[in-house]
Amino acid sequence: MEQIWTFLSTRPADQGWIAWLAPTVIQALALIVSLLLAQAFLMYFDRKVWAAVQMRKGPNVVGPFGLLQSFADLLKFVFKEIVIPAGANKTVFILAPVITFVLALVGWAVIPVGPGLVGADINVGILYLFAISSLGVYGVIMGGWASNSKYPFLGSLRSAAQMVSYEVSIGFVIITVLLLVGSLNLSDIVESQSRGGGVLNWHFIPLFPMFVVFFISALAETNRPPFDLPEAESELVAGYQVEYSSTLFLLFMIGELANIVLMCAMMTVLFFGGWHSPIPWAPLETVPVFWFCAKVIFFFFMFAMVKAIVPRYRYDQLMRIGWKIFLPLTLAWVVLVAGAMLMFPGLEAWFQSWRV
Amino acid sequence: MTFAAAAFYIFAFAAVASALMVVASKNPVHSVLFLISAFISASGLFVLMGAEYLAMVLVVVYVGAVAVLFLFVVMMLDVDFVEMKQGFLQYLPIGGAIAALVVAELIMVVAAWVFPSDAELALAHPSPTAAETITDPNGPNNIEALGLILYTDYVHYFQIAGIVLLVAMIGAIILTFRTREGVKKQDAVRQIGRKREEGVELVEIGSGQGLS
Repeated sequence: MEQIWTFLSTRPADQGWIAWLAPTVIQALALIVSLLLAQAFLMYFDRKVWAAVQMRKGPNVVGPFGLLQSFADLLKFVFKEIVIPAGANKTVFILAPVITFVLALVGWAVIPVGPGLVGADINVGILYLFAISSLGVYGVIMGGWASNSKYPFLGSLRSAAQMVSYEVSIGFVIITVLLLVGSLNLSDIVESQSRGGGVLNWHFIPLFPMFVVFFISALAETNRPPFDLPEAESELVAGYQVEYSSTLFLLFMIGELANIVLMCAMMTVLFFGGWHSPIPWAPLETVPVFWFCAKVIFFFFMFAMVKAIVPRYRYDQLMRIGWKIFLPLTLAWVVLVAGAMLMFPGLEAWFQSWRV
Repeated sequence: MTFAAAAFYIFAFAAVASALMVVASKNPVHSVLFLISAFISASGLFVLMGAEYLAMVLVVVYVGAVAVLFLFVVMMLDVDFVEMKQGFLQYLPIGGAIAALVVAELIMVVAAWVFPSDAELALAHPSPTAAETITDPNGPNNIEALGLILYTDYVHYFQIAGIVLLVAMIGAIILTFRTREGVKKQDAVRQIGRKREEGVELVEIGSGQGLS
């Protein structure tokens, strides 16, 4: 936040507003465009993985190997008619998918894809991400309410309870990582996992149970199977999306996908050493963006496999896991990690030896 | 006008306007949505003051959790707008009287306010102001500064506040908790602990015999 502040208040007097703001705007646009392009192919990848598990071929018609399927889908959605139900609350109805989409992209502003390659290197980066992901529930809840229909409403109620519940455990998992790192800056969190030991220094080893909890909570937070109860088609048709069509539905869909990729990036940054290579060898470290993308794609693959393999949970089981298992477990780990760091100063010195 | 000033006016105007709309809008759900917009504008103002930690916590706690529950409850209320508007004029005199009283009090407070000069301010606050902390990159950042005060000087108040919240939470749970008799409940541990042998029985059936 200081960086934003100093950035905003240090405009050189000889530069016009446009010349001064242009690099930032271009940066942001480049990030968003590459993100959306990557998502088109990730969507294809998701469907291919799903198809492979079910021994189908998946999309294979549009373009070579069906690579352009996502773009065909995009055009299909855009050229359809936007239907707004008669009893719907029009403003909120249109606002909801836009909010989902914008919030999913806004979070990427603080994700460091390489050393120094970050939109805003703010001091409260992880807190900002947490805040943004906690706002994500509004798109769903507003969409469900504004549709003025039973199934969307039930779906949005479910999702509100689900997302709020799993945010709690995500918050505690983040705190355990912060205790090890001693900083909320995402670049610092990545840097702290490079203490010369490569993969052995990554936080998923000392915090393995927390990593598992985070992965499962991320599934629930993004409404992915097996926790896709807000849109369980066998019970609620498609949940909060029932009344949406055309571009508005597309925005919901891209927003959800962007949220999933954002969660994958969060796991990469928090537990898997961000842009660092698994082996601390200088030539391997020259391609930081490759490592970051590879790790994100790996986690996306895990998300896709879970979707293909695990059957859907029952709603009461979902709530039970969130409140009765994850919450006490993560809370205990916060106390445990904090106590261990206090009791053994050597441990703290070792984990924070990146601060030099 | 600097960028920061422009940002301040945008956030301040948005905060006041959405706060007005919370009261003025007819649909309660819209009221809550405007309340959320007011919260977010307020957190923008915090950022401008250099209090980024407070800004983020405001969004996480109030917008991410409290307002969601608010929205949750308000959405499920079955409000009859016609009936609600009927009594509106009836309460106008007493509401107006309270409003006039508050305005009069505010005017009296502001009129009696003596603004200290810059020199007096510097004397009263020897600690660095927000702007100074921002310009000093080596100083403790927002969260460290808060933690240094909160967990040392104010640790007892902090713990008391925590206990008060815990008691309130337990109280709320006890007030709404009731054990109902004769309700079939699922025992998750038993369900998970079920083995295949308990549920499936393989029977050898000869052809043309059937199962008796």
